[in-house]
Amino acid sequence: MTASTERRPSRRRSPAPRGPRESLVSRTMAMAVMGIASLYFLVPLWWLFVAATKSRSDFTSTAPLWFADFALFDNIAALIAYRDGVFLRWLGNSALYAGAGALIATLLAAMAGYAMAKYTFRGREVLFNIVLGGVLVPATALALPLFLLFSQIGATNTFWAVFLPSLVSPFGVYLSRIFAAASVPDELIEAARIDGAGEVRTFFTVGTRLMAPALVTIFLFQFVAIWNNFFLPLIMLRDEDLFPVTLGLFVWNTQVSQIPDIRALVIIGALLSILPLIIAFLSLQRFWQSGLASGGLK
Amino acid sequence: MARETRTAARAVSHKKAIAVFLLPFSVLFAVFYIAPIGYAIYQSMFVIERDGTFGAAREVFGGFAQYVAVFQNTAYWDSIGRVLLFGVVQVPIMLGLALLLALLLDSPLVRGTKFFRLLFFAPYAVPGVIAAIMWGFLYSPNLSPFSGVTSTIDFLSASSVLWSIANVVTWVYVGYNMLIIYSALLAIPQELYEAARLDGASQARIAWSIKIPLIVPALVLTGIFSIIGTLQLLAEPQVFQSFTSSVTSTFTPNLTIYSTASVPNINLAAAMSVVLAIATFILSFTVLKLTQRRTAQ
Repeated sequence: MTASTERRPSRRRSPAPRGPRESLVSRTMAMAVMGIASLYFLVPLWWLFVAATKSRSDFTSTAPLWFADFALFDNIAALIAYRDGVFLRWLGNSALYAGAGALIATLLAAMAGYAMAKYTFRGREVLFNIVLGGVLVPATALALPLFLLFSQIGATNTFWAVFLPSLVSPFGVYLSRIFAAASVPDELIEAARIDGAGEVRTFFTVGTRLMAPALVTIFLFQFVAIWNNFFLPLIMLRDEDLFPVTLGLFVWNTQVSQIPDIRALVIIGALLSILPLIIAFLSLQRFWQSGLASGGLK
Repeated sequence: MARETRTAARAVSHKKAIAVFLLPFSVLFAVFYIAPIGYAIYQSMFVIERDGTFGAAREVFGGFAQYVAVFQNTAYWDSIGRVLLFGVVQVPIMLGLALLLALLLDSPLVRGTKFFRLLFFAPYAVPGVIAAIMWGFLYSPNLSPFSGVTSTIDFLSASSVLWSIANVVTWVYVGYNMLIIYSALLAIPQELYEAARLDGASQARIAWSIKIPLIVPALVLTGIFSIIGTLQLLAEPQVFQSFTSSVTSTFTPNLTIYSTASVPNINLAAAMSVVLAIATFILSFTVLKLTQRRTAQ
């Protein structure tokens, strides 16, 4: 820690000099807390990665937190080959449920939030309050009611039973409204009107561009919500071909005691199912971090 | 929202555009949020009647009979009590940890903030099911990398499994909550600290007296979402059923609903769902109002 006294960290705002008040002791303690926290968050992921690279025999016989013979690609091949590639099918289902679902949900939420921020109409606040109530009633609480509704029309165990409910994001409407009110100036909309652009076109050309950070945030968090959704598919789906990857891995995990070999597939499958999300968050961090800031503040 | 009032003053009507913007969301919201709740309420008003033990089952209107059954169902209330106990312990620990890490990231004491921020947030990208499977292995007496610990302490016993699940939830959500709190901290104007700094206040003192009071709204937001999440607990305990028999089929309210629906006793499960949705709504609404009043004073 001696090196840390020589260079002051380049902080994004504070031009204030680092006085002698921040003693070496408090800085060391702060870094110690960060170090312990890092271990807590990282070790389970590290274990998963290491475990996924091991052959079946090495998994139980070698040190769990370090590599043995590197068998990651053999494991992936075995996972893909298992039961005619059902895992890839689940991964594809998840990508479709979450990708297309989050895209449409974001668009619908953005339009509704933009309208509530930029237009006055009767019942606007009532509608907004109902939507806010929707934020407080989580999707999980709706899973069984949705099942009852879908079974009434005989549509359980279909793609649509999982896909359609995920298109609704009340939190997205909330965030869009806050963000549109703060970042889409009325003058710009007015200017577009004078240029003769229609209201809807103005939204797509001017509005969406200015709301981009909020839109990326809504998309990502809706994507995660759908990707992680478990109760709704669990209740709705019987047909394995429609499973998202979370449900598929859950079912495999319940079979470990009968089919011990499946344990290796659960571990490698778990690793593969979280990689897309980590990549999405890392590559889009510039956007969602600023979008999150506006949502948390209100 | 000053801008909105100015729009109001202009009072130009754009009925068609407003309809185009609002209708798609509103229709889906009505069909997939309001209608299911309405239909669940409707279903919860029926009871199954049989002509004798082996007679054909008939659905007949039962009024609030299912709700009486819900209130007499001790397993259901035990499960609600269990998640409330879980929430009372886990939510403050998780948010306290998130607050501590956010304050440290925001203080000049720590370098490499960008790296730590992403690292702490990474578990949020792990679905609850996957996190539970992973920790299930880490807790297991013989497969765990910490088998020295897990072979002496049984993390999956009936008395400890609730807190083992609490650790999984904490692991996933600390970083997410930390990020929301941290974003609120970044929005505080730097000038507010200057006077305190010149007076020689320590970082801990600045955090306690200036920063924390200013980020109460973010803490309320994270608190409400955490309460909602706690009452809805399902994936983690359900996964843990594969690792231990201590997680019963009525461990959490949603598990109780699931197992009641699979009996099948759809009408009772519908009534349980309605009660849980209302309880969630009331609890988070109360927290919202209580904290709003306190901060307004």
